[in-house]
Amino acid sequence: MNIAIVGGRVIDPGTGWDGVATLYVKGAQIAGLAPPADFIADRTIEAQGLVVCPGLIDMRARLREPGLEHKGTVASEGRAALAGGVTTLCCPPDTEPVLEHPTAVQWLINRAREVAGPRVLPIGALTRGLSGGHLADMHALHAAGCIGLGNAGAPIKDTAVLRHALEYAAGMDLLVFLTPEDPWLGAQGVVHEGRVSTRLGLAGIPESAELIEIFRALALIQETGARAHFCGISTARGAALIADAKQRGLKITADTPIHQLHATEDDIGVFDSNYHVRPPLRTVADRAALRAAVAGGVIDAVCSDHQPHEPDAKERPFSDSAPGIAGLETLLPLTLELAEGGDIGLVRALAALTSGPAAALGIAAGTLKPGGAADICLYDPAATWTLDLGSRQTQGCNNPFFGKTVRGQVVMTIKDGEIAYERGRAR
Amino acid sequence: MIAEGTRESAEQRQHFLTTETLSGRTITEILDTAESFISVGEREIKKVPLLRGKTIVNLFFEASTRTRTTFEIAGKRLSADIININTSVSATQKGESLLDTVRNLEAMHTDLFVIRHPLSGAADLIARSVPRHVHVVNAGDGRHAHPTQGLLDMFTIRRYKGDFRRLTVAIVGDVLHSRVARSQIHALTALGTKEIRVIAPRSLMPAAVASLGVTPYTDMNAGLKDVDVVIMLRLQFERMSGALIPSAREYFALYGLTPDRLRHAHPQAIVMHPGPMNRGLEIASEVADGPQSVILPQVTNGIAVRMAILARLAGAQAAEAKTS
Repeated sequence: MNIAIVGGRVIDPGTGWDGVATLYVKGAQIAGLAPPADFIADRTIEAQGLVVCPGLIDMRARLREPGLEHKGTVASEGRAALAGGVTTLCCPPDTEPVLEHPTAVQWLINRAREVAGPRVLPIGALTRGLSGGHLADMHALHAAGCIGLGNAGAPIKDTAVLRHALEYAAGMDLLVFLTPEDPWLGAQGVVHEGRVSTRLGLAGIPESAELIEIFRALALIQETGARAHFCGISTARGAALIADAKQRGLKITADTPIHQLHATEDDIGVFDSNYHVRPPLRTVADRAALRAAVAGGVIDAVCSDHQPHEPDAKERPFSDSAPGIAGLETLLPLTLELAEGGDIGLVRALAALTSGPAAALGIAAGTLKPGGAADICLYDPAATWTLDLGSRQTQGCNNPFFGKTVRGQVVMTIKDGEIAYERGRAR
Repeated sequence: MIAEGTRESAEQRQHFLTTETLSGRTITEILDTAESFISVGEREIKKVPLLRGKTIVNLFFEASTRTRTTFEIAGKRLSADIININTSVSATQKGESLLDTVRNLEAMHTDLFVIRHPLSGAADLIARSVPRHVHVVNAGDGRHAHPTQGLLDMFTIRRYKGDFRRLTVAIVGDVLHSRVARSQIHALTALGTKEIRVIAPRSLMPAAVASLGVTPYTDMNAGLKDVDVVIMLRLQFERMSGALIPSAREYFALYGLTPDRLRHAHPQAIVMHPGPMNRGLEIASEVADGPQSVILPQVTNGIAVRMAILARLAGAQAAEAKTS
């Protein structure tokens, strides 16, 4: 389809464009800000007052299929992604069975195509069964379409196993996703170790759990030369370690979930399990440092860390409840709120959702450069709205930001030149 | 009753979950009511009809003798019908969720639940799920709170020591795992206690213990100096994971309450323990059975205080029925 998106504010952090223009889409590709020869628009979209930016790239979103369909499906979570402006997402391997066989990976990629969902880039299992004991078939998983390999938060206690995984990955230039949590210090914990763990009598996860695992991984990355991405930085000192390692020239990137930039341990209140996340919500000072790390580019990407759950998974005593937030649909407005508040510039905030993750993943998406895939998000920066259980697309019921009035609403999501989501219009 | 804060309002009139949100005035009212119930236990006919026709379910997911029994006696003295359900979490994990268990019991027209559960926040969770006419009393949730124990300890301290504003209280031992300590600290704070100390090795103290408004001590003798009340805590091996203390022997050598140690406290200091005691581990028998010990009176007082708490919730319900 040929599309002319007329008169919107085109912001493309990757190329530095920011201005009112008309964006032309020819077939499945971006044509640019000038119409190509013989261009006839099949559809003209009046985008005055809207922001036109690259489709968002979410570095971590659980689709729950295969095996956990009571929490979500590729179809339901794919719809949530597109409604949130996300056109590409990475899916961790902790499905049932785990993504450790090429057939499962291919099934997932095909399933996403069948339901016309976003582009799904599976993260294959780094170790068999995510047990941390034996390497999975890393190269075969990569060949089947995995963007990289990771253990989805399951610990690799044996440092020799982690070292071998990084060595193996380095030799084949495979991207490794690491979750920085020391398995011993984090084992019992469910909240940040501090005031709230003390008051509520919940086992804490100390800051040192994150730092120790970053130290361990960095030493091995330095030694092996592996390309690694750190998932879910949650502490100020963790961000400082990442900054330092980047300065030393290590090939690392990092992300933080959007909820870490908004909520703190105090939001847990009286055992609100909707704020039960892993890594845990930290302090106000950590949150401020994480915002600064995103603003300064130390943290490359802000992700949804989408983890949909059925109601029963959360209606439990706090430590027994399942961690995670179904955050795909609140990723963009909550990120825009940070820009609105002046903590992060708008272009930088959008970069953390587009060009930042694209660079971390080493993919050509996340930009409006001519010739690239026409993955585009159109949002109304002035629209205020409230996401709630009734209007959500995700199957997940767990999002503490449900009911919050936010500003900035996705109007249309275009993937590969096709209109994949349009506000107020069911597909 | 006039609510004094936002949290001390609807929820507090309906449930009894924590001492954290209680004002000094509310605690004093409950203790005063408990005083009036002491005499009921000393009478020939040990019953008053305040809760006649009400059904109380003691739902215990964790072993308990003292708390369950005193709740049962308290309910019976108030003329309620009491049903005891002792179950293990593992049995419910096989199928039914905690809330489903409660919903089923609620469908049998239970008026009040007394809940004990090994996980912090279980009572709050249940309280949020029940309808407005059903009450929940927290009889201990994980490491979080044990508010009726907290108040019966306040009752005991008040009986022996009087004005909290002149008292220095030391809580000794496994504060990290202790719901009793948390409930005591909040109640002592609300009552204006002059100084609250906690004495423990750092590995048994919560990370931000000072944020609770207490002074931490790792040296037992220094911490006990001139205190008016010594509250010993049980070492909770069942909640411990990993090497938190080197050995029971070393623990007793450093933190066990012996007659020699007790001499650092004020000569008239009282010694308390919420039970069950590990004799020879956190407390020497000479102290537990000695003249300064008020450990058994604590148990007796538990009945009157629990009666006062049950009556308070029933009273709130009666007031609500009148207004609606």
